[in-house]
Amino acid sequence: MNRLLLRIALDRLVTGAIVLCVMVAAVPVLVLLLFVLIKGLPGMLAPGFFTDPPHPVGVPGGGVANAIIGTLEIVGIGSLLAVPFGALVGIFLSEFGRNRLGDTVRFVSDVLTGLPSIAFGIFGYTILVATLHHFSAISASVALAVLMLPVILRTTETALVLVPQSLREAGLALGAPRWRVTLEIVVPAALGGIVTGALLAMARAAGETAPLLFTTLGNEFVQVNPLQPMGALSLTVFKNALVPYANLQDQAWAAALLLVMLVAITNLLARIYIRRIQR
Amino acid sequence: MIARATMQTELAPHRADDPDAEVKLDARHVNFWYGDFQALHEASLAVQARKITALIGPSGCGKTTFLRIFNRMHDLTPGTRATGEVLLDSHNVLSPETDVINLRRQVGMLFQRANPFPKSIYDNVAYGPHILGWSKAQIDQVVEESLKDTGLWEEVKDRLRRSALNLSGGQQQRLCLARALAVRPEVILMDEPASALDPIATLRIEELMQELKKRYTIVIVTHNMQQASRVSDFTAFMLMNPKRAGEVIEFGETDDIFNRPKDGRTEDYITGRFG
Repeated sequence: MNRLLLRIALDRLVTGAIVLCVMVAAVPVLVLLLFVLIKGLPGMLAPGFFTDPPHPVGVPGGGVANAIIGTLEIVGIGSLLAVPFGALVGIFLSEFGRNRLGDTVRFVSDVLTGLPSIAFGIFGYTILVATLHHFSAISASVALAVLMLPVILRTTETALVLVPQSLREAGLALGAPRWRVTLEIVVPAALGGIVTGALLAMARAAGETAPLLFTTLGNEFVQVNPLQPMGALSLTVFKNALVPYANLQDQAWAAALLLVMLVAITNLLARIYIRRIQR
Repeated sequence: MIARATMQTELAPHRADDPDAEVKLDARHVNFWYGDFQALHEASLAVQARKITALIGPSGCGKTTFLRIFNRMHDLTPGTRATGEVLLDSHNVLSPETDVINLRRQVGMLFQRANPFPKSIYDNVAYGPHILGWSKAQIDQVVEESLKDTGLWEEVKDRLRRSALNLSGGQQQRLCLARALAVRPEVILMDEPASALDPIATLRIEELMQELKKRYTIVIVTHNMQQASRVSDFTAFMLMNPKRAGEVIEFGETDDIFNRPKDGRTEDYITGRFG
């Protein structure tokens, strides 16, 4: 009887410790989100935030239209470059990469994952900005594409490896060639994981600041030509947070909130999509 | 008595002695290695056309390995090697010149666990014919025929576009059978096809096999001896030799193997003394 009481007490103690650990981990995140929400909401609700370009310093009002368009376009072009290529390399790694070439690609990809993001900025600067002699959004897209690549190809590989071997065998036993089984059976079965990986990579790229500093540079005007410098939300946060004007600081908070919302919505859509195709 | 026993050993592991029988698949002295480990030793088996041949034996005796050689599924496992001959209509399956894709269209396979594609019921059955480039009308027809042949048509005809994953385990296995039949194979290899099914679903599969053997040659691996004795015309008993490589101990008509085994080891296994 005593032992039983002891066991129950121990059980409660450990459960309590686990709950405490979860709170220690979760509370800072929640506080941060709440903080960004409270600080950012006024700026976001200000008229013209979504529709106007920034006003000159000292002139009240203005918005971040340039940065919203910039972030969407830079990340969009970067994804167009990185997702198809990354997914193809991921397919290669999972289906045909059980050899030295595959191991090499995996190693390079792991090194890329660990690289500080500013290094991708230097890369974009060197191969595009320096050769074209001016800053451009496209050079930022290229830098972000390289940054996204390892995330996309490793999540693609993981998703494909999880597809049961028996499905591949079923296809091959029907007399289907290997490439058709890969593209028509294995990839569709892993589509949820592949799409999630791509969306997570896009979300990460959207929040990056360092690779943008010396590639797209920033632009106070709305610019849609990818060969020209362009604004971006992360750059707006970086610049406006450092100036001594209350309305610009509010815009920095609001831009940060908008970025958080973009990432959260992307994640949410990915989850809903996966749940739907898994049914 | 001694003379008779010698004669039987000569005939025994090889082929059933019926001069009129048409041999569809003839495995001769097959040796097989996973890396350095020899999994099959001098295995021979003459599979007769439009009959059911069962491979029985204890776990690890190489039954499944032997079966998967017949349509070169072992190609998918790196580091494997096979010697000897497996003749399909007198063409050696193991030859490097064999067109594996074509071979697998002739020799279909049903697996231990139902493995439908995560697609619709229709698309599962249509996949093989689709690969072969048949017309839409031909595919529609073959899907219906294959589903009828496996007794699924009445159960699924109103929901052909629904996911195959919503079917029950037994229905899924029959769908996989329909999928294999759709490319019109000549031989069907079955690797313990009912081991994950309940008795009623198992019975359905066994009944289907009796129907299918009118048109197809069937080789089935099973560790269920009752099943082997119920469904098969011929039975091969396999066992590991002291080096753990699988050997065909005895091969003959199922009735003989189960009631008049010639080898003491077969008798021990049949009567449940080991394995």
